[in-house]
Amino acid sequence: MTDRPIIDIRHAAKSYGTLEVLKDISLQVKKGQIVAIIGPSGSGKSTLLRAINDLDPLTSGEVWLEDAQVNKKLPTRQYEAHINSVRQNIGMVFQHFNLFPHLNVRDNITLAPKMLKGISKAEADQLAVEQLNKVGLLDRIDYYPSQLSGGQKQRVAIARALAMKPKVMLFDEATSALDPELVEEVNLVMKQLAEEHMTMIIVTHEMGFAQDVCDRVLFMDQGVVVEEGPPEVIFKTPANERTKNFLRKHLKGQN
Amino acid sequence: MGLDFTVVPPFAGALLTGALWTIAITVSGAVLSFFGGIVFAVIALYAPLVVRLPFRLFAWLFMGTPLLLQLFLIYFGLIQIGVDLPAFVAGVIGLGLHFAVYNSDIIQAGIRAVDIGQYEGARTLGLSRLQTLRKVVVPQAIRSVVPPIGNNMIALLKDSALVSVIGVAELTLSSQMAISRTFRPFEFYVAAAACYYVINLGLEAGLRRIERRIQIAR
Repeated sequence: MTDRPIIDIRHAAKSYGTLEVLKDISLQVKKGQIVAIIGPSGSGKSTLLRAINDLDPLTSGEVWLEDAQVNKKLPTRQYEAHINSVRQNIGMVFQHFNLFPHLNVRDNITLAPKMLKGISKAEADQLAVEQLNKVGLLDRIDYYPSQLSGGQKQRVAIARALAMKPKVMLFDEATSALDPELVEEVNLVMKQLAEEHMTMIIVTHEMGFAQDVCDRVLFMDQGVVVEEGPPEVIFKTPANERTKNFLRKHLKGQN
Repeated sequence: MGLDFTVVPPFAGALLTGALWTIAITVSGAVLSFFGGIVFAVIALYAPLVVRLPFRLFAWLFMGTPLLLQLFLIYFGLIQIGVDLPAFVAGVIGLGLHFAVYNSDIIQAGIRAVDIGQYEGARTLGLSRLQTLRKVVVPQAIRSVVPPIGNNMIALLKDSALVSVIGVAELTLSSQMAISRTFRPFEFYVAAAACYYVINLGLEAGLRRIERRIQIAR
């Protein structure tokens, strides 16, 4: 039971015309695992992440969340119902936050639970309080996104995703759009999630964070997983030439 | 013969009643055109082709023909196929649909301008397409298009004078009736114009208030 992967990607491939952005990628993530996907831009790492909740559908291959095939081929209407229920279990955090600017922080967090889980306004508000407490922003509950800093916005976005009680969290370069001094507060929230054994798949440019927090690191380039393994191996003794080159460029600025 | 505005006050009650009808028809038409505009915009952007094509023809008819003709058609023409509408209702439908088509164009642009990330944010939470539109996209689109829609509503107020021709005793028709009794067109048309101006001031103040409220809520 515990060995069964929570996310199972089988032979994922995607192409735009003749351009192959993903070439036969398979990846299994177990419950509680934290996987980082690193690689140069255009390597397909975001596309792979976005295929997990079918935001960017694959050309071929399968994505499974436990016993449900996420990208099941269904007639439009049935697919719509299917994917909406699957997505409730997969939280996603974006580079540009994608908070709803016309709603305050509370409503940003409670909108989906209220609409999808049939909970009362009072229960939803309680949920918002809990989640905001977790990300340390309870005092911002009545603010609008435009009144928050980038780091605060991203923490609210994380709280919003967590309010759906997802089984997996996907992070698509969650700190790339932030000013350097705001990165740490978001990283701290993610570390806290890691300590709570949230299953996470993290696309990131921050090698230090990947090294500290993740159980496994995938290095992608040109649509394939070039190398994968535990962070100490990938970062200290990478086997592949492309991995070495990439890390040399990226670790220089960091430590 | 000189101008003599003392002929107006005896008809003040009739003009006031006319002004109230003008306000009633403008507000009803505005509400219909606003919600109709949202529905039309969503149809134009998202409905399947079999719905979209007839709709486009309908929109083109409403934009490409005179409002006066549309009012005649709705009030006098529909009777022939058994739809006998009271003049007020026919007027509201005519004005409402006519301006709904214009509002629809504006709202479509507003919807297109909503960032794709907003759809993605909502859809990844599990909201359906319709829920996403209703709760996330349309509310944002509306906020950005309130000023141009407000301009349309001012045009709607002025065009409401056209429903006088199908016998709604609004401001214009009321002043015409006073003229036919007094033979004083200048005085009464000026009086009617003044009333329109005052109503317009009220409408603009209302629109400004809405704009301000919406801006605070961002």
